[in-house]
Amino acid sequence: MSAATPKGVLTTPVFKNNPIALQVLGICSALAVTTSMSVSLVMACAVIFVTAFSNLFVSLIRHHIPSSIRIIVQMTIIASLVIVVDQILKAYAYEMSKQLSVFVGLIITNCIVMGRAEGFAMTNTPGMSFLDGIGNGLGYGFILMTVGFFRELFGSGSVFGFTVLQTVQDGGWYVPNGLLLLPPSAFFIIGLIIWVLRTLNPEQIEESEFKMKHNTEPKEAV
Amino acid sequence: MAQSNNSIKKILGVAFALCIVCSVIVSTAAVALRPLQQLNQELDRKTNILSVANLYEPGMDVNAVFESAVIPRVVDMRTGEYTDEFDAATYDGFEARRDPAASRTLSGERDPAGLTRVENYTTVYLVGDEEDPEQIILPIRGQGLWGLMRGFLSVEGDGNTIVGITYYEHSETPGLGAEVNNPRWQAQWEGKQIFEAEGDPVPAIRVAKGSGSSEHEVDGLSGATLTSNGVTNMLQFWLSPEGFGEYLAKFRSGIEQEDARDADVELEAEGA
Repeated sequence: MSAATPKGVLTTPVFKNNPIALQVLGICSALAVTTSMSVSLVMACAVIFVTAFSNLFVSLIRHHIPSSIRIIVQMTIIASLVIVVDQILKAYAYEMSKQLSVFVGLIITNCIVMGRAEGFAMTNTPGMSFLDGIGNGLGYGFILMTVGFFRELFGSGSVFGFTVLQTVQDGGWYVPNGLLLLPPSAFFIIGLIIWVLRTLNPEQIEESEFKMKHNTEPKEAV
Repeated sequence: MAQSNNSIKKILGVAFALCIVCSVIVSTAAVALRPLQQLNQELDRKTNILSVANLYEPGMDVNAVFESAVIPRVVDMRTGEYTDEFDAATYDGFEARRDPAASRTLSGERDPAGLTRVENYTTVYLVGDEEDPEQIILPIRGQGLWGLMRGFLSVEGDGNTIVGITYYEHSETPGLGAEVNNPRWQAQWEGKQIFEAEGDPVPAIRVAKGSGSSEHEVDGLSGATLTSNGVTNMLQFWLSPEGFGEYLAKFRSGIEQEDARDADVELEAEGA
């Protein structure tokens, strides 16, 4: 990353250097929580909060972190923040926390949080790190909301719980696509998003590491 | 700088300070928010009781409706009689299962639901008239695939016809076992019969593999055989004489009991 500007660190992770689409991190939770938009939104907010503050705290004490235990120090900070988020959700958004179930706790293992703490916060000022955390959280949230939008719209015919396409079960015309409620569909949608983003930003296309050879010529059986 | 950062003293110091700070933050959050969380859990439990009794509508005042429509009573599962030893509003059977004086151990054949210990007294919730309830809501629990599943089973006043089933705490696989809370699956339970014959102490109700055909069978959850078995096992336990069997027997032979009570009244009247 070139010289970081406040605006740069906040916006590049959303499209240009998206943690899910370009770095392909944090896929696990993106598959699990995107069946409805409201759940995706809460998950996105939780991740933004955790990445922003873990970056801030790691950056604040970065001169005092012994390099031999830096990963465990980062993990401790992240884990504490995740527990706090989980507790807050259980107290103020109980229904939502029941739906998110283990996935709030699993933010701890989300590579984006850890990656930004180690890759950015350890070498940058607290202010910039905080913004970088928000930016990467937004990038994650952007993909989550997009995937959630398609999965909820075509899987259950609604957006944010409001019915858009009246489903057959409720006496409408739309036959919901059950596949979109299952985790594999998120893979397809994320794949399509990556395709779109790389078509728009051709510099994101990686050079292929090897060339596929043609299949062997079919020979007649002896 | 780098060297002094990596001295053993500094490493231990940073680790220790960090642990202290983080644990203070985490425990503050946990302790400060606990009352609110417990309130939420309580509300969730009441919502589940109302929804299993088909009384729940979104947006209603759960606490008020619960107060007016549902009567909690503590039952001695060994005799099937009500007891006033405990306050039904605060008594927690799930906690009491650990108390050696108020619980018993289960093992082998007698423990199909994998509970190990079960309390002697538990709270049931009655809808309608206390003497002749429209619905009896029984707490059930048992091992699913990944862990303990806790829920409620609502039975009609005849002690035999199921109104509904719901789980408010479980850790089954989302999309497979967690479908126990799918409204479409839950809807099948309505009208199913628990017992095969009059006076039969062993419950016949079960979750069938594939599609259930009789009035004692419910379609299995596809892809979640072990969760389905868990549901069957916990019903086998809680509806057997070890569980609520004795209690339900009173309702199943309700007519005779009412007659007996009438007879008592007559006798008393004569005596007076």
